[in-house]
Amino acid sequence: MTSFFQSLGMTYEAAWFTATIAGILLIAFPLMLAVALIIYAERKLWAAFALRKGPNVVGPFGVLQSFADGLKVFLQETIIPSASNRGLFLIAPIITFTVALMAWAVIPFGDGMVLADINVGLLYILAISSLGVYGVVISGWASNSKYPFYSAMRAAAQMISYEVSIGFILICVVLWAGTFNMGGIIAGQKGHVLGLINAYALNPLLFPIAVMFLISAMAETARAPFDLTEAESELVAGYQTEYSSMAFALFWLGEYANVLLMCALNAILFWGGWLPPVDWAPLYMVPGIFWLFAKILVMFFIFAWVKATVPRYRYDQLMRLGWKVFLPISLFWVFLVSGYLMLTRYECKNSERMYISQVTDVERGKTFTADKPTNNWDGICRSDLNVAGKASK
Amino acid sequence: MIQVISFYLFASILIASAAMVIFARNPVHSVLWLIVAFFNAAGLMVLIGAEFIAMLLVIVYVGAVAVLFLFVVMMLDIDFAELRAGFVKNVPLGLLLAVVLVAELILGVGAYRAGAVKLGTPEAGAATVSNTVPNIEAIGNLLYSKYIFLFESAGLILLVAMVGAIVLTHRRSHGSKGQNINSQNMRRPQDATRNVNQPVGQGVEL
Repeated sequence: MTSFFQSLGMTYEAAWFTATIAGILLIAFPLMLAVALIIYAERKLWAAFALRKGPNVVGPFGVLQSFADGLKVFLQETIIPSASNRGLFLIAPIITFTVALMAWAVIPFGDGMVLADINVGLLYILAISSLGVYGVVISGWASNSKYPFYSAMRAAAQMISYEVSIGFILICVVLWAGTFNMGGIIAGQKGHVLGLINAYALNPLLFPIAVMFLISAMAETARAPFDLTEAESELVAGYQTEYSSMAFALFWLGEYANVLLMCALNAILFWGGWLPPVDWAPLYMVPGIFWLFAKILVMFFIFAWVKATVPRYRYDQLMRLGWKVFLPISLFWVFLVSGYLMLTRYECKNSERMYISQVTDVERGKTFTADKPTNNWDGICRSDLNVAGKASK
Repeated sequence: MIQVISFYLFASILIASAAMVIFARNPVHSVLWLIVAFFNAAGLMVLIGAEFIAMLLVIVYVGAVAVLFLFVVMMLDIDFAELRAGFVKNVPLGLLLAVVLVAELILGVGAYRAGAVKLGTPEAGAATVSNTVPNIEAIGNLLYSKYIFLFESAGLILLVAMVGAIVLTHRRSHGSKGQNINSQNMRRPQDATRNVNQPVGQGVEL
């Protein structure tokens, strides 16, 4: 997009700036629209699970229900409890909302359709999602009320616990893809299973962690069955108890933007992102963004399905699942995946392995410019080096 | 231009928030200012092209360490009067520390400026940043080859510290009944219940 603005006669910096702003708006506004519609979709789904009709009054089939709710909330009065910490009380929902939007910067919607194509894309997502806990914790503390505070404590413990296992799960994927770049991870899934299916999840070695990631994603976004931070039977409405009007709506929007993000992550990391499900040429005629959206919607259906059918976990069971089940398994899986890749992908005999420091600059130049410029994971195979050296001669 | 603007933005916010960590009356506010400082430091790291370090800074410090800080500080029952009394009591010690630190700073910078100290050989200056090799790859190549033993021993030390902390604080409580998930799952209805075909009018023997 930068080149387009440059062709309008802007300097590179101005063009870059304009393109980035335009990109942010192009992601944020459709995302808000998607959140409004997905809330409607989810209410319809729950209604179907419970044999009800769901929202059906505002607009055709009730499609405009979320917009009506938004308008209502927007016109309400913002009530700030007198004993609360005023500044932090107002900042907390803004943090939740902003953080939920920020992570979308590195999500690739199609081939090259990404706002920030950075090397550390997945780490960026991990960093941003670890900020999400602040919105909850600050709102709980600033409300100066018992139930929100309990909720904040729970949220802090829960999100930290599951971030650990999510980290290990992501490491497995990164090891397999060989890159932190989201586009690279998607590209690595092309024809991954039997040269036919574009998904890491159907790789027998990665399938268990795909399931674990789905469950951890639910816990990380504090969705049912892990919604202990807003368990209404115990904590009224959790950290949102004291919030009203627009501040409440920001929490609401942020939560659903986060859920969509987690669905998108599932789709990108394990189900091939914008690649069609099967590596078959005619399917590539459909734009990649369509496949990504279809996968996100399927993931979201699973989230809604789980929320409608699975009863809430008890808090100690939640902690047990995070620390005593997921953490050891995911740690073991990192070991397993890296071991498997060592044996199969990097078949370099130990006697032939050289450390980078042992390679002279001349040799290094030859190696890196030869056929095998990448994947020098801890050193260079002497045989590769020789081949490369001969080839360049 | 954008780089310069963002550098001064990040740097000034960093310094201001670092100052606010000290000046904030409420410890919770201090921790939150500290988080802002971490975040802006990460921004500066991105500006110099160290995106991996920047992300790690946010993940480790903001995402984990500061949350635990906040967790603890939020639960403190703070008595501001007592805090102020403690401030008066500790002023001499604090001043002494400040004087020592400022003197060290002045001495250090002065010595460096005077040229008496040689900070390594000229070649051993800052590593050149390559535009082609990504951060992670460059760090990984170095960490897992040249510094492998240092790296692994650092990991080992951390592991030992973690185990030590758990051993020191873990106390198996006697008398309280924990939950054994396995035995619960293994339990079958016939272990706990019994069907009795009881004639009417007679009591059940338990």
